[in-house]
Amino acid sequence: MTDWIDIGALDDIAPRGARVVKTGHGCVAVFRTGTDEVFALDNACPHKQGPLAEGIVHGKTVTCPLHNWVFSLETGEAQGADEGRVTTYPARIESGRILLEASFLKSRGARAA
Amino acid sequence: MTQKLVIIGAGMASGRAMEHLFEADRDAYDVTLFNAEPRGNYNRIMLSPVLSGDKTYDEIITHDDDWYAQNNVTCRFGEHVTSIDRDRKVVVGEKGEVPYDKLLIATGSAPFIIPVPGKDLPGVVAYRDLEDTNAMVEAAARGGKAVVIGGGLLGLEAAAGLALRGMDVTVVHLMGHLMERQLDEAAGYLLRRALEDKGIDVRCQASTAAIVGDGQVEGVLLQDDEMIPADLVVMAVGIRPETRLANDAGIEVERGITVSDQMATSDPDILAMGECVEHRGQLFGLVAPLYDQAKIVAKTLLGEEAAFVPKEVATKLKVTGCDLFSAGDFAEGEGRENVVFRDPARGVYKRLVIEGDRLIGAVFYGDTSDSSWFFGLIKGGEDISDMRDTLIFGPAFQGGEPLDPMAAVAALPDDAEICGCNGVSKGDIVAAINAGAGDLGAIRATTKASASCGTCTGLVEQVLGATLGDDFVIPAAKSVCGCTDLTHEDLRRLIKSRELKSQAAVWQELGWSTPDGCHVCRPAVNYYLLADWPLDYQDDPQSRFINERKHANIQKDGTYSVVPRMWGGMTTPDELRALADAAEKYDVPTVHVTGGQRIDLLGVRGEDLPDIWADLNAAGMVSGHAYAKGLRTVKTCVGKDHCRFGTQDSTGLGVQLEKHLWGSWTPHKVKLAVSGCPRNCAEATCKDIGVVCVDSGYQLGVAGAAGMDVKETERLADLTTEEEVIEYATAFMQLYRENAKYLDRPYKWVAKVGLDWVKEQVEDKATRKALCARFELSQSVYRTDPWAEHVAERADSYTPIANLMLEAAE
Repeated sequence: MTDWIDIGALDDIAPRGARVVKTGHGCVAVFRTGTDEVFALDNACPHKQGPLAEGIVHGKTVTCPLHNWVFSLETGEAQGADEGRVTTYPARIESGRILLEASFLKSRGARAA
Repeated sequence: MTQKLVIIGAGMASGRAMEHLFEADRDAYDVTLFNAEPRGNYNRIMLSPVLSGDKTYDEIITHDDDWYAQNNVTCRFGEHVTSIDRDRKVVVGEKGEVPYDKLLIATGSAPFIIPVPGKDLPGVVAYRDLEDTNAMVEAAARGGKAVVIGGGLLGLEAAAGLALRGMDVTVVHLMGHLMERQLDEAAGYLLRRALEDKGIDVRCQASTAAIVGDGQVEGVLLQDDEMIPADLVVMAVGIRPETRLANDAGIEVERGITVSDQMATSDPDILAMGECVEHRGQLFGLVAPLYDQAKIVAKTLLGEEAAFVPKEVATKLKVTGCDLFSAGDFAEGEGRENVVFRDPARGVYKRLVIEGDRLIGAVFYGDTSDSSWFFGLIKGGEDISDMRDTLIFGPAFQGGEPLDPMAAVAALPDDAEICGCNGVSKGDIVAAINAGAGDLGAIRATTKASASCGTCTGLVEQVLGATLGDDFVIPAAKSVCGCTDLTHEDLRRLIKSRELKSQAAVWQELGWSTPDGCHVCRPAVNYYLLADWPLDYQDDPQSRFINERKHANIQKDGTYSVVPRMWGGMTTPDELRALADAAEKYDVPTVHVTGGQRIDLLGVRGEDLPDIWADLNAAGMVSGHAYAKGLRTVKTCVGKDHCRFGTQDSTGLGVQLEKHLWGSWTPHKVKLAVSGCPRNCAEATCKDIGVVCVDSGYQLGVAGAAGMDVKETERLADLTTEEEVIEYATAFMQLYRENAKYLDRPYKWVAKVGLDWVKEQVEDKATRKALCARFELSQSVYRTDPWAEHVAERADSYTPIANLMLEAAE
C-alpha cells in the first residue's frame, strides 16, 4: 500500500522555486515548476554536493547553483555533456497540498545503511 | 566623336541619369542642361525637412557648380525652353537655340491646381519647388492660419511643417480618409488622430468651393458653406506630368509622354524620364523607379541594351511622430486575404495582404521597424506559406528555420538606414566597401556607421558579408543562450522597442524555444526588464542566481557569507560590537576584512540568514550587496579631515555616493572609490567609477578594472563640486544600466561603445539630467534594504518546508 505524507501547501513554494524537506539522512529538495508540477530529488548535486534547491528552475530541469550542472527533474539525469544522476522520489499534488511517498524515507534509510 | 546631348529639366531623375552616363563614359556626350528653376539639381523629396526647419537648402543640393564644371555640363539655369524643333534637331530656349543629337526630356510634373474661384489670389501656393517652400516659410514667419488642400503625402508633410513653424493648420481632404492611395481606412484613422494630437485640424470628405479674399487670400469656402479663415492656402491635391513641350513637338503623349522600355519616346532621338512620362500606362511619383529609369537612360544613350521594369514602391511619410509605411497592393479583392494586427492603445496597426502564397501588400502605422523586411518579401514575391502564422510579427518572430540574416540585409534597399546615430544608409556603407573599406574598423572610420552606440554593428557586418561575399567572415554573433537566436544587443533593443514588460512576453513574443528560459537567459532577461521598466516590471527572485535571491554569497559548502554595508568604509564601535555579537551568536567560523573596506562573516547557515540580518538591522546595518550585480562598495581614504595631503572630503563624498547609488541593479558589479589626493590610497584609478580629489576639484574616471583584466580608469570629466561628481557618476551608472550587455563590466562595455560616445551622452546637460531622472525613478523602487524586507516577508522561504527527522527515526 502506498502511504503519502503531506509536507506542505503548494503555495509554500514559489513557482519555479524549491524548498527542502529535512530527513534523517540529509535533505530532499521539492521543486515546483512554472506549470505547477512538483518533483522531489536529493538536494545534492553528484558533482560537488551543491544544494539543488537553490538552483534556477526552468522547464522540467534545475541548474545547480555551484557549477551550472543541469538535471532533469523527472529522471534525475544530468543533461548535456555532464554525467551523473540524482535520486528522485514520487511526489504529487492533491487539493493544493504536496504529498511525498512515505517509502522514500525508507529507501533513503536503506541507501544510508 | 562626341555627340551633343540636351537635357530639359534638372530634377532628381536627370541628375542621376547624368551620374550614370558620366560614370560609364565621360566623353560620349557634350551635355547642355536646361532648368526653368534658377538652380541645379537638388533633392526635391527633402523639401519637407527644409520646410520644417530640419534642413537648409544647401544641405539638399545634390550637384553643385563644381560638379557641372568637372563634367563639362553647360548649364542654362533659370531659362525656359520654348520649343523643340525636331526637323532641325534644336532646342529653342529663351536665350537661343542649342542643337542636339540626343534629347532627354525630364520636365517632371506640375502641381494640379483645382479650378475654383480665387485660385490665383496672392497667398495661394503649390508645394512643388524651393520657391513654394520659401514662400511657405515666409508666410509661416508671419504666423496666422494655413489651410492645406489635399490630404496626401505632400499635403500632410506641408501641414506638419507649417504646424512646426507655428501656424494654425487645417487640412481639407476630399476623400473619406487621409492618404487614401497609400493607406486603408484604419491606418488613415490612426494617422488622423496623430495629426490632431499635433494640433492639426483635419476635415475629410470636404470639398473646396472657392478660395476667397480681397487682393490677398482670406479663407477657404467649403461646399457645405463653411468658411475656414486662412492667411495661406497650400494646394497639394496632386500632380500632372508636364508634357507641354513634347505635345507641341508632336511627340506621342497620353497622360504622360509615352516611353518604351528603353525610355525612348516616339522619336528615337528623344528620350524622356521621370514624372513627365507614362510607361505601359503607369505614371511615376516616387523617386525609387526614377532612379531605375536613370540607369536605363544612361545605357540607351550609350547604345547598350537595357529595359526598364517598374518595381514595387514603398511609401514612407516624413512627419515626425507618425511612423507610417505602405507598399504594394492593398485593395480588397477576390482571392485576397488580410492579416491584421491592431493595438489601438499604442496606436499600432499592421495589415498584410496575401494572395495565394505571396505577400502582395502591407500597411503599417505606428511601428514600421520591420518594414524593409516586409518590403523585401513583396518585391521578391517569396512564398510565405511556411511563416504565415507568425508573419505579421516580423522577422524576429520567425521560428523554426532561422531567417538567413544575409538574405534580409541583401534585400534591404540602398536607402535603408543602418546606423541611426549617424544617419548612415546601406548605400553609404556599400559605397565605402566598394571604395576599399574591408572590415568593421574601416567602415567606422570612413562612414561613422556603428561608431557611436554600436547596436548596429551586427547589421554593418552583414552588409560587409553581403557585399564582399566569401572575402569577409562575419564574426559569429553569439546568441544569449540556446533558448533564442537573439543576441543580448537584439534582446535589449526588442524589449525597449516592443515594450515587452514581462518575462512571459519576452518568451512568447520573441519566440523562445523553451517554455521558461534557462539559467543563462533568465537572469539577463530579468535584469533587462527591471532596468528598462522599473515601475511596470517586478523583480523575479526565481530568475536570479542564488546569491541574489538569498542576498548572501553561497560558499562551496552550501553555507553563506554575510557582509553588511559600511558606508564609504566608515564604521562605529556600536556596529563592530553588533558584528562581534552576531558572529558569536550564529557560530560564524570565519570573520574577514574585505578589500572593499567592510567585514565579512563567513559560514552562516542558510536558515539562520533572516535571524542574523534582523540582529544586524537592529544595530542600524543594511545589506552590503556583496553578492549583487549592482553597487558594491565605495572605498575611500580619510581625506582632508585627517590626512595632511588630503585636498577634499573624500570620505564624505564616498558616503554620499554610496547612499545615492546603493540598491541599484546593474549588468555586472560596480565598485567605486574616492581618493583624497593623487597619491590615491583608495586605489580609485582601477575602479568602475573612481574619483581622485585634487586642489581644483575632482577627477572622475570610469571603466577601470582590477580583476582578470587590470586597467586604469579613463577620464570622464574634471569637476568642481561634489554635486557635479554625484550627477556625472549617476548619469554614467544609468547609461551603463540602460545599454550594457548583462555580465559586461563597465570597462568591457565602454570598450564596445567608445568613451567618446559615453562622454557625449554625459556631457550633454539635457541627456545627463534625463539619465539621472531615470536612475532616480528606478531607485524609488530599489533603494531599500532587501534584508529587512526578507526578514519581514520572506523568512519562511529560508527554512525547510517540512522536518521529517522524527519519521525517519521511527
